Order: sequence, then structure tokens, then C-alpha cells
Amino acid sequence: MTTLRILRAGPGVTLQDMGRSGYLDVGLSRGGAADRLALAEGAALLRQAPECAALEMAGMGGEFEADADLRIALTGAPMRAALDGVALAWHASHLMPAGARLSIGPVRSGCYGYLHVGGGFAAPNCLGAQSAHLSAGIGNALSEGDTLEIGPDGGGETGLLLEPEDRFDGGTIRIVASAQTDLFSAADLARLESEPFHRSRRANRMGVALKPEGGGFHLETGRNLVSEVVVPGDIQITGDGTPFVLMAECQTTGGYPRIGTVLPCDLPRVAQAPAGAELRFRFVDLDAAVALERAEADRRSALGKARRPLIRDPHRMPDLLSYQLISGVVAGTETD
Amino acid sequence: MTQAADTTDAFPTIRTAGVDGLLVSFGSRLSEPANRAALAFRAEIERAGWDGVEETASSLVSAFLRFDPLHLGHAVLRARIEQLLQSRDWYAADLPEGRRFWRIPTVFGTDLAPQLGQAAEAAGMREDAAIRALSEARVRVQTIGFAPGQPYLGELPEAWDIPRQSQLTGRIPVGALCLAIRQMVLFSVSTPTGWQHVGQTAIRLFQPEAEEPFLLRPGDEVQFVPTGPEALEGMRKDPRGGAESEPVQ
Repeated sequence: MTTLRILRAGPGVTLQDMGRSGYLDVGLSRGGAADRLALAEGAALLRQAPECAALEMAGMGGEFEADADLRIALTGAPMRAALDGVALAWHASHLMPAGARLSIGPVRSGCYGYLHVGGGFAAPNCLGAQSAHLSAGIGNALSEGDTLEIGPDGGGETGLLLEPEDRFDGGTIRIVASAQTDLFSAADLARLESEPFHRSRRANRMGVALKPEGGGFHLETGRNLVSEVVVPGDIQITGDGTPFVLMAECQTTGGYPRIGTVLPCDLPRVAQAPAGAELRFRFVDLDAAVALERAEADRRSALGKARRPLIRDPHRMPDLLSYQLISGVVAGTETD
Repeated sequence: MTQAADTTDAFPTIRTAGVDGLLVSFGSRLSEPANRAALAFRAEIERAGWDGVEETASSLVSAFLRFDPLHLGHAVLRARIEQLLQSRDWYAADLPEGRRFWRIPTVFGTDLAPQLGQAAEAAGMREDAAIRALSEARVRVQTIGFAPGQPYLGELPEAWDIPRQSQLTGRIPVGALCLAIRQMVLFSVSTPTGWQHVGQTAIRLFQPEAEEPFLLRPGDEVQFVPTGPEALEGMRKDPRGGAESEPVQ
């Protein structure tokens, strides 16, 4: 079995898939990749199931080596990547020869980058998924010396590129009313749509704090709400008036009022917003929200058709003659 | 339908929770009938096994459904829920089947659970009376939530209607027994909390690798049996922390 060895890793490198469903009733949230679109993109690049787990790298990457030739794909937040010192394109698939050293640096924009492998990781399932869920005590952050087994790869083309949806610097987030939206005043609801918010430094896989430009949000009534089910995307207003967007690894119940809920298709944009990025919220009605989700599901299932070959520019490949171009390792500097 | 939980006619309500969630609530505050209704209604949704429903859960007073709105429309699901709500008096539903009664060894007070004194004082009792009251109470798991396997237990006698602290404590350890507002929480993770830390157990409520990863279920009954710090230390090797269970008759 092919093995990927971790030679060095940033503090937030974990194995993530679509998470585990069916444990909400016993207090375990689904978890899974912070940016699920990135999982779909990696799967499209390697032509495999989107359920395959990938290495999620929060902010910082690491160094990796495999003991056999390996197809890889790099998605999510763009990071500086090189294979034995030669730059690799992000949002693309590559061949990583046995023994070659893959170096992935810090993010250039966004928050979470992903390393996918052909065949997917073969880590043991825990409660139906490979995802680490650190706040629940499932799995671990990966570090130097860890090895990961990789499943059999049916093989396929590498050197392909996907133009990603640009979601790495904030932007407009569509939301729907939540169970408690009507506890808020019309003025606060108007502010939620008209004011810019900035992502605070307090953000992780459980939630993302936002700084409202015009000060905190406050409820006039309903401070003593009974604890209720919360879901990823909920915008909680905490005791000091700070809006907090709950993310994949959130708790399962909460007592803070929720002013709205982010559409699942826009949650990757919240997850990827770097500290200080501007986010704006816009309410859409339920029918519009379902239509947006349908459009996103269609777009994701057609990602395979959006792949195109990496363009190679011989002028920027000084060691061109040393390449076996068929094997798919390219300079990668030409795309971004 | 009997409105035993709330005096208004507003309940039960059906509200959206995001684009892919519905929340069916049986009250705006915790009550025994609303809790029973939430548990029973969620169980019935599970039994129904509707196509497109992906996950269900019950909270203190609500049943929650996550579904795929691309394959099961909001209007269709809402209509089915309304029909099910009208099919019977959910507030009078039986408690779940297969309930167990647990006795969990607990150290009350000492430096293992430093807030027993202030909680007893808030409840107007001396410490020894507080320990007697808390260890004699047979409480029920009203819901599991917040963290994996973590129960909310109730309802304690009126005297224990004491507030949560306005300031969070430092991290309380796994197995901490905390109380406020006539409820207890037995913590499955180490976390800061506003609940008052009155007892310490050795139980591990969530063990991802175990055959039975989640020990408690909604509807189970629990009694916290006093024990000493040394005895508790000896129970730490047992993942159940010395707890014993038997079926509720």
C-alpha cells in the first residue's frame, strides 16, 4: 500500500471528508471539511468520489513524501507549493513521483488549503467517517513523522487545472431567516444587510467571529431562550453582541439567539475569509435559497467538465529538457 | 390537542432552521410534557423514515429534521409534519422504550468539585443537606447535546432554581457534574462553563472507539451516588467510572 509520510506540518493539518451524519441526537456535530467545495474540486481533478478524504491545511502547509508514484491535487486556499523545488500550480492535479518532496507553504489568500491523493486516504473510519473532529476528541492534528496509507488508485490524467470559484477574500454571503430572526428589531435586521462586517482573528473550525462596523447587536427580549439545536451557518449573537457564524465542527445546541443562517453554498466563502476580510450579508427567501442550492449542486456535479490542461510556457521552464512532460509535473508558475 | 406545556395556543410550532432544517417546537421553555413530546415526535419521524430526511435530533423542547430540500420540498415536508402533529396528543406521549436507570458514583464538593458550597448556599441549604438532596434525586436525561454524549438532566426540586454564573469558570474536567436552573449537566468534555461545579464523576460518556460510543440516551434515569475521592480515583480505570445500569421497569 502506498504511504504518504509527513516530514513537517503546520499546526492545523487534519484529515477531513464530508463528516459524519446521524449523530446529532447524541451531541456530535457532522464536522468534515471547512470548505466542502474544495473536496468536490479535488475529486473532480482526480476523477474520484467527492467522499474521499483530503488533508485540510489551516493557514500553513507542510512537507510530504510518498513511497510510490502518486497522483495529487491541490485545492481550496491557494498556497505556495513546490515539488523538489519546482513550483506547482494550485487548483490543479500533478504527478508526485516516489521519493519526491512536496513542500506546501503558507496560504496566499483564504484560510484552508487541501491536498488530495489519487485513491483517497485509507485511514480507519470512526463512526462512519475519516474526518478528525478535534473538539469531540476524534482523531488528531497530524504532525512530523505521521504516515498515512493511501487506497488503490485507478489512475488517470494529471496536469489538469480547475478555475476555482473565487471565495478566498470575503464577499457577499446569502442568508435565510432562522428560527429566531423575528426576535430581532427591524433596525438590527436592516443593519445586518447594510453594514459591512470584518472577519475577526477569532476563527476556527467551530466558528468565525465577525466585527460589526456599527457596534454589537442586541436583543430587547428573549435573553433567556431555551437551548436549541444549532447548525453550521447559523449566525449567533453572543452575550456581548458579537455575531458568530457557526462552522462545520460547531456544538450541537446553543442558547444564544440566531439572527439568520448562511446558505450551505456560501459557507465555503465564510470559512475561507481571511482575518480582516469584508463580508456582507443579504437575506434571500426560502424559494430563492433552494434555487441557489440547486444551481450549486448542478455546478459541482459538472466540475469534471470544467477541467482543462495546464498551459505550459516553455519560456518559463528553464530546465524543460529535464522534464518528462507526459508524467504531468509542470512549472506551475504560469497560472497565478 | 392539549396544550399542557404552554398556556398560549402557539405551540407546537414549525420553523425553518437554515435552508435544509426544520424545527418542531413544543414549548418556549422546558417542561416535562414538552420534553416528552419532543422525544416522542422525533422517534416517530425516525420510524417514518421519510425519503429525503437525512438526520433528526431532539433538543429539550423540540424535534429537529435535516433534509435535502432539492429532493424533498419544504412545503411537502411541512404538510407531512403538520399531519403527524395532528395525529395524536404528543404532550401525553410515553417516554422512549428501552430506558435504563444508572447509578453513577460521585464525589460531592471537596477540591474536586469546588462550587458545592456556593450552590448549596444559593439553594438555602447546608452542604450536608445539599449532598443528601442531590444524591437522592432521580433525574432524567432530557436531551443529549452541546458536546458528544453530554446529558442535560432534570428536573431538580424548586430549591435548585439557581442562576448560571455570569462569569465562566476556568475549564472544568471531563466527568464534572454541574447544575443551575433546576437542571444538571454531566460534562463529556473539558470546557469553561457558567454552570456550578458541585460533583465529580469518573464516567466517560463518549468513547469514539468503544462498541457503545455513547453511554446515555434521552429518557434514561440517573442517580448520583456519593463516594469518596480515593474510591473515585480507583474507578478511573473503568470507562464507566464505576457506574451501573439496569432497565427501567
